[in-house]
Amino acid sequence: MLGRVANGIFWMYRYLERAENTARLLAAGHRMAMTRGADAAVEEWRSVLTTLGLLQSYEAHHHDFSSAHVCDFVLRGKDNPESVLAMIEAARFNARMCRSALTLEVWEAINEGWMAQRELLLRPVRITGLWQVLAAIRRESTLVRGATHDSMLRNESYCFARAGTFIERADNTARILDVKYYLLLPSLAYVGSALDTAQWENILRSLSGERAYRWLNAGRMDSRSIAEFLILDERFPRSLAFSYAAIRDTLTVLARLHGNEGPAHEIMRLAAQQLTGGSIDEIFDSGLHEFLLAFIVRNRDVANAIAEQYRFTA
Amino acid sequence: MSGHGEVQFDEMHGPDGSVRPAYRDYAAWMAEQDARWLHRKSQEAEGFFRRTGITFNVYGEDDAEERLIPFDMVPRIITSSEWRRLSRGIEQRVRALNAFMHDLYHRQEIIRSGRLPERLFRNNPAWLPEMVGFTPPGGVYTHIVGIDLVRTGPDEFLVLEDNARTPSGVSYMLENRETMMAMFPELFARVKVQPVSNYPRRLAKSLAACAPAGTPDMPVVAVLTPGIYNSAYFEHAFLADQMGAELVEGSDLRVVDGRVQMRTTRGYRPIDVLYRRVDDEFLDPLTFKPDSLLGVPGIMDVYRAGGITIANAPGTGIGDDKAIYSFMPEIVEFYTGEKPQLPNVQTWRCADPDSLKYVLEHLSELVVKEVHGSGGYGMLIGPAASKRELAEFRAKLTASPSNYIAQPTLALSTVPVFAKAGLAPRHVDLRPFVLVSPEGIEVTPGGLTRVALKKGSLVVNSSQGGGTKDSWVLDD
Repeated sequence: MLGRVANGIFWMYRYLERAENTARLLAAGHRMAMTRGADAAVEEWRSVLTTLGLLQSYEAHHHDFSSAHVCDFVLRGKDNPESVLAMIEAARFNARMCRSALTLEVWEAINEGWMAQRELLLRPVRITGLWQVLAAIRRESTLVRGATHDSMLRNESYCFARAGTFIERADNTARILDVKYYLLLPSLAYVGSALDTAQWENILRSLSGERAYRWLNAGRMDSRSIAEFLILDERFPRSLAFSYAAIRDTLTVLARLHGNEGPAHEIMRLAAQQLTGGSIDEIFDSGLHEFLLAFIVRNRDVANAIAEQYRFTA
Repeated sequence: MSGHGEVQFDEMHGPDGSVRPAYRDYAAWMAEQDARWLHRKSQEAEGFFRRTGITFNVYGEDDAEERLIPFDMVPRIITSSEWRRLSRGIEQRVRALNAFMHDLYHRQEIIRSGRLPERLFRNNPAWLPEMVGFTPPGGVYTHIVGIDLVRTGPDEFLVLEDNARTPSGVSYMLENRETMMAMFPELFARVKVQPVSNYPRRLAKSLAACAPAGTPDMPVVAVLTPGIYNSAYFEHAFLADQMGAELVEGSDLRVVDGRVQMRTTRGYRPIDVLYRRVDDEFLDPLTFKPDSLLGVPGIMDVYRAGGITIANAPGTGIGDDKAIYSFMPEIVEFYTGEKPQLPNVQTWRCADPDSLKYVLEHLSELVVKEVHGSGGYGMLIGPAASKRELAEFRAKLTASPSNYIAQPTLALSTVPVFAKAGLAPRHVDLRPFVLVSPEGIEVTPGGLTRVALKKGSLVVNSSQGGGTKDSWVLDD
């Protein structure tokens, strides 16, 4: 397939994944902001914006951290080039560019989702209608992934779709974990307090993992096992380990289709080793923040190596 | 504007309101349907098109909005005997067009014989000196042709325009049929219609048959698009998808080792046949427009060395020229030795002083077109024009008469559209699509019917608010 089209598919799925994760983060943030005092709500929204890398540009345009303003900025802010709406537009733009590499089912899922969301995000989102909007965003992304899984040939297009999805997901999970842990828990002395538990629960909720975690841990809730769950548990589809298993599988299929491995495979092997080579205790001992920062950098290296090896650009 | 007093031919109903034979089965079906249900269906159609993304971009609009071409659900129906006659005439015309191209770029017998004035192609930007003495693979110049037909009576079909450059609209022919079959499956059980859905497969086969000599069994075909912002991008993607061919942009291509190659995830891979939807002048910055980013530097050298087939061949745009059009009856006769089976619309060449005089005297009754124009732009419809527009055109005509041709305002046939208050007649034209390869000429049964949606309007161009209909050729 064409390198340009591989690039388009890769980014289409990255944008969709990011839009979905952003919606999830807003949902969790909103819940936090509603159940806390005003100060805690401001902190919560600051952390959401930090996670999204939007704090600076938000502060350049707004002077308060009301739920309505933050959500509007993140979802559809005209002065926010990385709004959810912009991501959905970008995903559909890429889909149009790669139209002939997608099945009709995938195209219809993304095109209908785009039409629906453009409509929903035409006017400022009212806080009372926020759930509906966020659910619609998650649903679109889910529908596209489902259509992809069910209708696409297991060829290169499918591989780049998966690679984009899981590179983005790993990045998002690492960022959510990092921001929560680093910003909100400056001292491990907090661990075990009531606030702490609520924050950890919130992390799980941001990643749609609260039920799975509870089910696995019989109601126990501690930061170490949550971090372990989100980083190392290969059963949880939003964990780093799961994402990396998926990328490795994808690269293995690509190597089989092409008849050879390349630098991306080597970089991926090393990155996967660094991720799953140690226990959660070792990760905590050497610093979770440092671990996650290094992971995010390596994840970007993997993405770049894939782009280079498969000639995404001339 | 309406025709001037002449009786317009309606293809569905006779003057006494009776249903013509072509529409007999359809009308019977329709009479049994509930009107409200039909209205609902009509609205559904738009949703169908939006979901599948069948849109076109309108040039000159600020936000490059994606628009739908309005679809009307009353089909345009042609009987099989009418079609047989039409397709013979189309085939003859296309055969002549192709021979004409070859002659224009070789011995120019038609000029020497005095049948065609030399000035028509000298200084004509569509005629490419780079093509002189070169024969494209298989001798095919016009791989894909769209012939625009209009009808003025039961047996009167006329050619309005030849589209030998890069005719568009075939995706609408296909999607209109898909839409109709999805909405009214029972209708197709009742009325037997010749299928069009094999067009992409035939196109792929036809293009492959035109691959350069020595190409292995399965030639690599690619569709070259100017990109996502082009008005016909949907069609480019659609055809590539349906043919199983790559959809490439200029930035994907490069000349490597004397071949035009595309950047794939495995490195550069050669292309044998390029179905390009990019105009000649943008095709090769080394030969034509130096600042073009849409084409491939050096592709013309590869082409002339026999390393790739370009469809349609560069330089075929001269067949779209309206001054050349006015000579088509002579051209058909010159190359086929036969009388043209499909007549032209009567045409005054304003380059000719007597014709110019006539045109200036009758401007308010005529349609005046630029010889190099297309898509309904830069044209004057006399009966609909204001005094000021007429005066402006008069000045343009006087200043450069050879830039214009004029035609009578025809009483175009009508076909009903499904309007709020029921069926209402609207003017239509028809663009059948023709494939040419060394294996022969194929005319797809049907084509694209464009319909003027405003009452009385004669302008059917989608860029000017026209719509489309599914076009049926009955199977009997």
